[in-house]
Amino acid sequence: MRAFVTAVFAFLYLPIALVVLFSFNAGRHASEFTGFSVQWYGTALSNPFLVEALKNSLFIATTSALLAAVCGTAAALGLARVGVRTRAVFDALLGAAIVVPGVVIGISTLVALVQLFAVVNPFLASIWPGDQPPKLSLGYGSIIAAHGLFSMALVTMIVGTRLGSLDRNLVEASSDLYATPLTTFRSIVLPQIMPAVVAGFLLAFTFSFDDFIVAFFVAGAQTTLPIYVFASIRRGVTPEINAIATIVLVASVLLVVLAQWQLRQRKPSN
Amino acid sequence: MHGNRFRHNFLTALLLAPATAWLVVFLVLPFIAIAIFSVGERAPEGGYQAAFTFAQYANLPARATAFWNTMVLAPVGALACLLVAYPVAYYLALRAPARWRLILLALVVIPFWTSLLMRTYAWMYILGGRGIPALLAFVGIEDVRLINTPGAVLLGIVYGYLPLMILPIYVSLERLDRRLLEASADLGATPLSTFVGVTLKLSLPGVMTGFSLVMILLLGEYLIPTLLGGGKVFFIGNALVDLFLQSRNWPFGSAIAITLVAVSVVVLIAANRISTRVSGARRVDLI
Repeated sequence: MRAFVTAVFAFLYLPIALVVLFSFNAGRHASEFTGFSVQWYGTALSNPFLVEALKNSLFIATTSALLAAVCGTAAALGLARVGVRTRAVFDALLGAAIVVPGVVIGISTLVALVQLFAVVNPFLASIWPGDQPPKLSLGYGSIIAAHGLFSMALVTMIVGTRLGSLDRNLVEASSDLYATPLTTFRSIVLPQIMPAVVAGFLLAFTFSFDDFIVAFFVAGAQTTLPIYVFASIRRGVTPEINAIATIVLVASVLLVVLAQWQLRQRKPSN
Repeated sequence: MHGNRFRHNFLTALLLAPATAWLVVFLVLPFIAIAIFSVGERAPEGGYQAAFTFAQYANLPARATAFWNTMVLAPVGALACLLVAYPVAYYLALRAPARWRLILLALVVIPFWTSLLMRTYAWMYILGGRGIPALLAFVGIEDVRLINTPGAVLLGIVYGYLPLMILPIYVSLERLDRRLLEASADLGATPLSTFVGVTLKLSLPGVMTGFSLVMILLLGEYLIPTLLGGGKVFFIGNALVDLFLQSRNWPFGSAIAITLVAVSVVVLIAANRISTRVSGARRVDLI
């Protein structure tokens, strides 16, 4: 059995290792490693389209993860205060936001937003005093919102789990000692759930940064890094893509390790 | 007292408001929108025209190949994942040395959160003309075609979804009461019958959660068939991308999406039924 498990772990990691290795290949081809070089990183980072896509992805991932962390934490705190029935409805919706395949989330968001814009844009044009009324369209906003849906559901679940295991005695002791609810929240609840909030943020960031399929539908004229990489892959495999893939893989691994480490923090540091 | 109660409820509503708005605007309303679109007609210039017809649903056989490929490769892929994942989860939960367990578990979780696009790309690289086929040609085996075959898609599926299958099985095995295993052995059961009667049975909720999650995500998969099937192996996801982003037949695409969601719901219900009937527990939560 150990041999089998070892083989599975090799199966999981060898392909990634190969991409990383060949990103440092001096030659162009996958079949031969002709020498160590970082030239493909240079090529990748001097490609303006790629850098633009990378910046877009970083902006979208940061914004959607921040929004998700705030709204998701608020929702988890709110859900701890409602009845069983409201909770069940919320849990079902949050579960759906996580389980429904990205393709379906992507197309349904696309359809709904296009219909919404068809109503809102003429209205904005009619009430706008100037010559150039604002025109809503697909882009940053729609990607952030669509990514935020999954991320918020994720944060709500992670923080909710943490709230469930919160030490109630501390909360009661705090209010027995005449702390205001706000003080209790700030000095007892928040420090205890903070690792879960941070982990949720990091995972939400990772999800948004890595997502291709949802963004593919709702990006409009914008490009994210995965969309750019997908388009280049379809034109042909180049060592430049290995370099980008390595950067993205290393970033994801760091974020996930950090998130796991946060989740394992049993006690607040102070 | 009344003022206090009001304040309590007001604060609760305030906390839940952003999440509720998000869920309604970006999950519930969009779903209603595609449900309405699916009974509409395609406008001559593409997009949607209001109507009430089931013509889009009647037209589903036009994409029979995509449905067939997906309906075969999704369950087969999920099953292949399961066969590989179970021994790994079993080892991690019951056999791995304690100090290794967390590290090995982290090694399972990391790929789960790592870009599926990049991980699928890795296989594209390996299976492509300059990868394994070039190595095989070097040792004299010419003209091996690996990429753009159903086999490559299946490999990509197992690779991509293995972590998602291992995690819930691990969780259910880890919770298993080990005294039951000892009791079973003490009562003279063979290792095999202990495994089938106790271990397998009690880990079934995890198996079912993993199987249904992987299967549902596979029903909507687009990247793996596109990159490793190279236009030869079409999934429902490919049909949806085509209908929404290329040929712009939104009503037909919506009918396909609604069908996909319906199949997913059936899979979830069936998985829940099976695990409830066999082991009495419903499902395993991943988080």
